[in-house]
Amino acid sequence: MGAALEIRNLHVSVEDQPILRGVNLTVQQGEVHALMGPNGSGKSTLANTIMGHPAYAITAGQLIFDGEDLLELETDERARLGLFMAFQYPVAIPGVTVANFLRNAINARMKSQDPESKGIGIPAFRKLMLDKMDLLQMDKSFGGRYLNDGFSGGEKKRAEILQMAVMEPQIAIMDETDSGLDIDALRVVSEGVNTLSGPELGVLVITHYQRILNYIKPQYVHIMLDGQIAESGGPELAVHLEEHGYDWLREKQNGNGK
Amino acid sequence: MATRRRVAREFKAPPFTRADVEAVSARYDEPDWLRQLRLEAWATYEGTPMPTTKDEPWRRTDYRHINWDSAGTLLAPNGGQLDDIPAASRQPLLGEEQGGMLAFVDDVVVHHEVSEALTGQGVIFTDLRTAAVEHPDLVRDHFMTHAITPETGKFAALNAALWTHGTFLYVPRGKTVELPAHSIFYTTQPGVSLGHMLVVLEEGAQIDYLHESLSPTLDVDGSFIGATELIVKDGANLRFVSLQDWGHHMFEFSHQRARVGNDAQLDWITGQMGSKFVKAFLEIDLDGQGSWGRMSAVYFPDGKQFMDLDTQQNHNAPHTTSDLLFKGVLKDESRSVWQGMIKALPGAQKTDGFQANRNMLMGNKTRADSIPGLEIEADDVRCTHASATGQIEEEMIYYLMTRGLPRDEAVKLAVDGFFVPVLDRIPFENVRDRMLAYVERKLLGHD
Repeated sequence: MGAALEIRNLHVSVEDQPILRGVNLTVQQGEVHALMGPNGSGKSTLANTIMGHPAYAITAGQLIFDGEDLLELETDERARLGLFMAFQYPVAIPGVTVANFLRNAINARMKSQDPESKGIGIPAFRKLMLDKMDLLQMDKSFGGRYLNDGFSGGEKKRAEILQMAVMEPQIAIMDETDSGLDIDALRVVSEGVNTLSGPELGVLVITHYQRILNYIKPQYVHIMLDGQIAESGGPELAVHLEEHGYDWLREKQNGNGK
Repeated sequence: MATRRRVAREFKAPPFTRADVEAVSARYDEPDWLRQLRLEAWATYEGTPMPTTKDEPWRRTDYRHINWDSAGTLLAPNGGQLDDIPAASRQPLLGEEQGGMLAFVDDVVVHHEVSEALTGQGVIFTDLRTAAVEHPDLVRDHFMTHAITPETGKFAALNAALWTHGTFLYVPRGKTVELPAHSIFYTTQPGVSLGHMLVVLEEGAQIDYLHESLSPTLDVDGSFIGATELIVKDGANLRFVSLQDWGHHMFEFSHQRARVGNDAQLDWITGQMGSKFVKAFLEIDLDGQGSWGRMSAVYFPDGKQFMDLDTQQNHNAPHTTSDLLFKGVLKDESRSVWQGMIKALPGAQKTDGFQANRNMLMGNKTRADSIPGLEIEADDVRCTHASATGQIEEEMIYYLMTRGLPRDEAVKLAVDGFFVPVLDRIPFENVRDRMLAYVERKLLGHD
């Protein structure tokens, strides 16, 4: 059995404002989960908390990955364990090419595994990067461009998928990867994720819209409302949500005496 | 009531006298015309007050803490050799090839070689003193006549009166020189070093030139009073790279100015890493129609370093284009000042002037002043500026860390990337690499 990301009773505040109020969720390597919910429900907070963004304060609960307590680890250490997040708004790094950046990222991981490591050689790295670009049907010129600098929305998201392909994480979180994409870009990005999916990769797709789930098929769907997972189910839950919106869920929550 | 008593320090001049000028001229056994120039410059120097923080260009630049007792003494060479200069600086610039190399330790030439490829084209690359003897007409025509004059400022006059060593690079009309020239000022002794550089490209000439100023850190104040003159005549093309890595005891006061003729091009890149204090005036005069001048800088002060780079882009003719990009990273308690002026004379129509200054601050104790300025007297021009200063972006560091880069490596990558647009303008790969090595040294350093 592969690695698992376990979120247990997670409470998170931002500037003393509680955002997450007891989230429970487990993603296993090889599984595809979708996390849906309206704006402000806490989805992106959950993603960034998992990665260790300094602005998010955990007030209660646990985050476990592959048996390790993530709360003890810095962001970079979490990443090197095999966690990845595709950003909703990838940050531009002017002056740093995609290739240079990826090589640095690979080397950081190799050096953490073996302090004596000299890192990946340039020919081996080039082959790795070009193979992954082939796999994702990406233009080779991508490697020479400054990371996310002047990229279109679709290019940014594809660059995120390329990073994911190169880093080969065990669990990847896609934070609203579909936002701001036209249907063609959405298809390309989704196909990328599907190409990388398999028994070695667990995926948590965070989305506001159902449409990305036409391309990436989750086995599990969770709905977040007001900082909690309000409902979990199979793919049919997303379809139901598309047809009925979130109101039925709110009513159900309220009906439960909340 | 408690009163704070503070001794008002003055903007003191270094303790030189006319006798020093006579002595320097005599020591080098100079021709009379040169001795006369020195004495005239000395008179100008004496008639010019020391700049103070009441003078606009010096408003943010207080040098009253300099100890002229050590920094104002003419240094005595101590038998330094080429091997004393750090090996990285002595490397050829392109693979194994070097067009010419001229290295000084203190004011003594320790190495001088010029390849036959250059001498065969009539290129002159030698120390200024020798040039004044062997090519008096060329030197007299250009030395402190076009670019810097003793009237340029107090320190320009001092350099003119007392310069102790210098370089002369001359490329004849129409010669395109493939191999670069390289010169080094390396200072090992306490005291003042007065270096002068004179570069003359005749019509249609072309060359790449790297100059480095560096020294180890000594435990008493030292100074460098410098002048750099770049004369780029009609249709000529000069790429000039200048690196400064003085020890942390060094105060630099320098005037550097280029004159660019019709349809000529100047691409000027400077890297400022070392020193305790720098006040450098960097100026491009686009004198000829259709001329183009670009000025780029990276600077990275740390500790308590202070760097003031004062630039001017003078559009003196129509259809001229200037472009300036100065980028600084500041660490610890360092300070920088960039003040830049674009001027367009009344007849300078259809000119295009641009300047941008960006500073990345590492920590709350740094300070970067950024003061752009325009003085436009022509009515059909496009002159614009941009300036931005801010703390290193935490979202950028976080993003890089989510890819497994430890914080220090994430910072290094962000800083490298910040400098890359300027470094990419340096035509020598090993110099670019050395600049990145400087950056790494700075980031790892602790002050």
